[in-house]
Amino acid sequence: MNAQRATGLRTVGAIALTLLLAACSGKQAALDPAADQAATIGSLWTLMLYVCGFMYLLVLIFLGNSLWRARHVLSAEPVIHGSQSTAEKPLRMALGGWFGLILVGLLVLSLGSFLIDRSLANARVDDALKIKITAAQWWWKVEYDAETADKRVVTANELRLPVGRPALLELQADDVIHSFWIPNLGGKQDLIPGRINSLLLTPRREGDYRGQCAEFCGLQHAKMAIDASVMKQSDFDTWQQQLAPAAAPSTPEQVRGHEIFMSGPCIACHQIVGTPAAGQTGPDLTHLASRRTIAAGARPYSFEALRDWLRDPQTIKPGNHMPQVQLSDSDLNALTSYLDSLK
Amino acid sequence: MSAALPREPGSAEIAALDAQLQRTWGTGRGLWERLATVDHKIVGRRYVITGFAFFVLAGVLALLMRTQLMKADHELISPDRYNQIFSMHGTTMMFLFAVPIMEAMAVYLVPLMCGTRNISFPRLNAYSYWVYLAGGVMVWIAFLLNVGPETGWFSYVPLAGPEYSAGKRTDFWAQMITFTEVAALAVAVELVATIMKQRAPGMTLARMPLFLWAMLVTSLMVIIAMPAVMLASSFLISDRLIGTHFYNPVEGGDALLWQHLFWFFGHPEVYIIFLPALGMVSSIVITFSRRTIFAYTLMVLALLATGLLAFGLWVHHMFATGLPRLGSSFYTAASMMIAIPSGVQIFSWIATMWDGKPRFQSPLLFVIGFIVIFVLGGLTGVMLAAVPLDLQVHDTYFVVAHFHYVLIGGAVFPLFGAFYYWFPKFTGRMLSERLGRWNFWLFFIGFNVAFFPMHILGLAGMPRRVYTYPSGLGWESLNLLSSLGAFLIGVSVVLFIINVMRSLRVGEPAGDNPWDAPTLEWAMSSPPPPYNFMHVPVVTGREALWQPGPRQVLEGLSPSHREVLCTTALAAEPDIRQPSATPSLWPLWAALATTVWFIGSIFDARAVVWGAFPLAVCLIGWLWPTHPEPFRERSPA
Amino acid sequence: MCSRYLASLLLIGCSVLAGCEREQRAFHDQAPAIQSVSPTSFRAGGKSQPVAKDPEADKYERNAFHISEGKRYYEWYNCYSCHAAGGGDIGPPLMDDRWRYGGEIEQIYSSIVEGRPNGMPSFAGRIPDQQVWQIAAYVRAMAGNAAKTAVPARGDEMKNTKPLTQIPHTPVRTERPKTQR
Repeated sequence: MNAQRATGLRTVGAIALTLLLAACSGKQAALDPAADQAATIGSLWTLMLYVCGFMYLLVLIFLGNSLWRARHVLSAEPVIHGSQSTAEKPLRMALGGWFGLILVGLLVLSLGSFLIDRSLANARVDDALKIKITAAQWWWKVEYDAETADKRVVTANELRLPVGRPALLELQADDVIHSFWIPNLGGKQDLIPGRINSLLLTPRREGDYRGQCAEFCGLQHAKMAIDASVMKQSDFDTWQQQLAPAAAPSTPEQVRGHEIFMSGPCIACHQIVGTPAAGQTGPDLTHLASRRTIAAGARPYSFEALRDWLRDPQTIKPGNHMPQVQLSDSDLNALTSYLDSLK
Repeated sequence: MSAALPREPGSAEIAALDAQLQRTWGTGRGLWERLATVDHKIVGRRYVITGFAFFVLAGVLALLMRTQLMKADHELISPDRYNQIFSMHGTTMMFLFAVPIMEAMAVYLVPLMCGTRNISFPRLNAYSYWVYLAGGVMVWIAFLLNVGPETGWFSYVPLAGPEYSAGKRTDFWAQMITFTEVAALAVAVELVATIMKQRAPGMTLARMPLFLWAMLVTSLMVIIAMPAVMLASSFLISDRLIGTHFYNPVEGGDALLWQHLFWFFGHPEVYIIFLPALGMVSSIVITFSRRTIFAYTLMVLALLATGLLAFGLWVHHMFATGLPRLGSSFYTAASMMIAIPSGVQIFSWIATMWDGKPRFQSPLLFVIGFIVIFVLGGLTGVMLAAVPLDLQVHDTYFVVAHFHYVLIGGAVFPLFGAFYYWFPKFTGRMLSERLGRWNFWLFFIGFNVAFFPMHILGLAGMPRRVYTYPSGLGWESLNLLSSLGAFLIGVSVVLFIINVMRSLRVGEPAGDNPWDAPTLEWAMSSPPPPYNFMHVPVVTGREALWQPGPRQVLEGLSPSHREVLCTTALAAEPDIRQPSATPSLWPLWAALATTVWFIGSIFDARAVVWGAFPLAVCLIGWLWPTHPEPFRERSPA
Repeated sequence: MCSRYLASLLLIGCSVLAGCEREQRAFHDQAPAIQSVSPTSFRAGGKSQPVAKDPEADKYERNAFHISEGKRYYEWYNCYSCHAAGGGDIGPPLMDDRWRYGGEIEQIYSSIVEGRPNGMPSFAGRIPDQQVWQIAAYVRAMAGNAAKTAVPARGDEMKNTKPLTQIPHTPVRTERPKTQR
């Protein structure tokens, strides 16, 4: 019996622990910091948790005590004036103490918040990597700044950052308000039409993270994710260098896919650098196959997922602006294998 | 007029006076008489029932959402429908349930607590109910026809603007705002006038029950805050219908203007919901602890301070929009300061219970649940006030958890307590205590199971307002848990409805004052007669009915005409006898004309002009000068 | 008396149904196929043929979502470069009552798909069918011919034209194209 209860308790404890840990680890968790900003905010969270937890505990103790006392009090005439009660004076003193405690607590918290906010706002940005992020319904356009125009790298729905180097994101939106948020790296910032906002992130730990739009932006707000990875500076440089014009199609099937792409509606919206496709309203596809997700995180990347997406984008992500184009199965395969060659 | 010790009148004398007053103030049973009634108790009852019906409807929507979010990648509800559902949930809860039901309780209770025979401006009161009903029914019919709002209860532009919210969905939403705000403003004006001018003689400001103070502050806040959102929604609808550019950045408008206007209303709105609940909590705590409130003056100051501070912290909803960081810090400080008056009030209630003799019946149980839940919600509110932390948890499920702790804990729990507390007065019958306990415990447990995990979900990165979420991010089990809790709440509310239905038929008769409560609404029979008080009561202390010695009354109001006694605003000395409006159908016609006007303008901008004419006719009919009653010849009935 | 109730009920029913149709967000619609207009009907100096109205096509100009999407695609596919915001530039204006190749939605659809002499390219295979219908519905809205309850007042961009909700209905008048222009 006792043993059973102990196992039961252990199970409950284990479940509770797992649930709590859910917030503390993961690739989209605010309390699993991988950058200076998220770590600083995490320390503010700890301060808040302790101060607020202490205050909450005091309230519960006082409440519990008042309820416990009630068991011993006999019913009597109502007290219509505080002075009738002997407890009035000690209670007033306690109220004074409580008042002071709240003041001190708030002072600590607001000072802590203020100092941390200042330190975040005053961070150095001179040598930062500059990246322009434009949000649209429902995907992210990511442009890496460079000295010369041909070195500028444009990609979509993925953000790669070198570890240890501050990255200054310039945030804007073309249609409605979105909000850029990668919890492991730092707080969120809105992208508002008609304004330019900025966000500084200083990644410290290599790894793969996930971000998501945090301001309601319409039908597919739920499926507007960004895949972020923090990598060594050398890996980052290699990645940037290979982002030259797209690979030419090599197999006959890829060649046919290329033709379908160039003669179909695709080029009206999509760009593939090095080909006639120069559309600007949809995501850049020059290195589509090197990404880990498609459709802004709606599916992990794979040949099959890409083919399903091309066949019927409106079932995977209802309401998005990728139209359904009627293609025969063989055309669909050809088109997919061409896009799949765009590493 | 003279103050007098109550004589010991014969029962025949009382019966005759009662019959006379019934004739003067009563509402007949005919359909037209019911529609024309201006009795604050009948209007208030309708208001409460309608508000509760909207609460249940919005609750059903919440259960639909929780069913959808029960598991990852669940595609039960399409994104289009889901967006409408969560928008309707928020809109209904905020605009059609929370504010109206608080005002509804006040419409019923404030005149009784003041010791007067009817609310001031009774016809405006009737009009307010009809307008509110029309607005709520309109938006729900629209929702059922697939024209429900789709951009959230906050309707941020440009998403809610003409380019991105196609069709009439957002127009219906914006007009619903206009309807409910007209209704809320009307009630607020009545309440301020009633509290300031119609208190019983002797009820000085310092002797006012805290519920009256709370309603006074709330009503003043409504008068200041609501115009901001009416302005915002009017700008929005003219952007959408006639192509103005208030919110269009490329033509000199600003998308953030909406957020400023909306939150300048939206944050005080939270306190508009919450302050009346504090008044209810104070009433319940005093009655069930059998002790006057500890630190009355501080409680009043806390209410006033909350009301004032509420207008200085709307920016904490906008920290992520990129406003100047240093400026935002001031709003951090202002937001945190709200914790001071709230902390003082929490202390006072617990101290009152500590020093009193609490009886643990359903109303007090809900108050204790309120303290446990609300304090936690308040503390997460302090966390949200800090700019850096807010940037992490803003617009995540952490915020969802926070405001449900504050609004359900801070308003719905006290409201249920208030239902249990005042139900005997409303109906003359007690609610079942046993079902009440089940109701409370299921609600309390269900609530915490549903909403506590959301704190963790928010920190684990789950944003708000998503119709589905992928698996593999560790959100599945917590969401499932949360959905189960939501269903527990649903069961608890069903139990409450069963309890009410049962009590209406077979409930134990309540008597005048079943709880031995101290305020004036318990001085007459339950349910109250149409004229409320046979004689105007005279108040000699803060807890009117607990004062020792015989109760004093004031005689001299005409029993054959609708008259109320007005007193001076501060000292509550008898001032004038004021005729009170007689029943009339004009408020109903005026409300119908208003409805045609508002709905017409959704479809045709010219309706703003032509729709005004029927309304003008109704208002002329309504306000047509008549001889005050006392001067009119009356044949004895 | 009874029949009046019936009539008003019917009227309410109809407007309710119209509301449903107006608000539908159809992502998966099968675009109506048009065969009745063949390219040979149009030659410079020729005369446009009357078109058989297609009820499916008609739905597009009464549906708010389609018109709004059409507005978006009108910009994305760069219709602006010739027709501006509807006032016309090197291409003819779209907001007046003169239509060389017919101003019914079916005719506008064919003009986009087939192209027209003097510079209008054919977008066959370039714009998916449903989007062409949506653009055509928006073009109808520019001349005030789409349902007034379904059109957006304005976009969030610079524009010197009247709000779409304020444009009076302009009956379609087909004129002979001037060959020398």
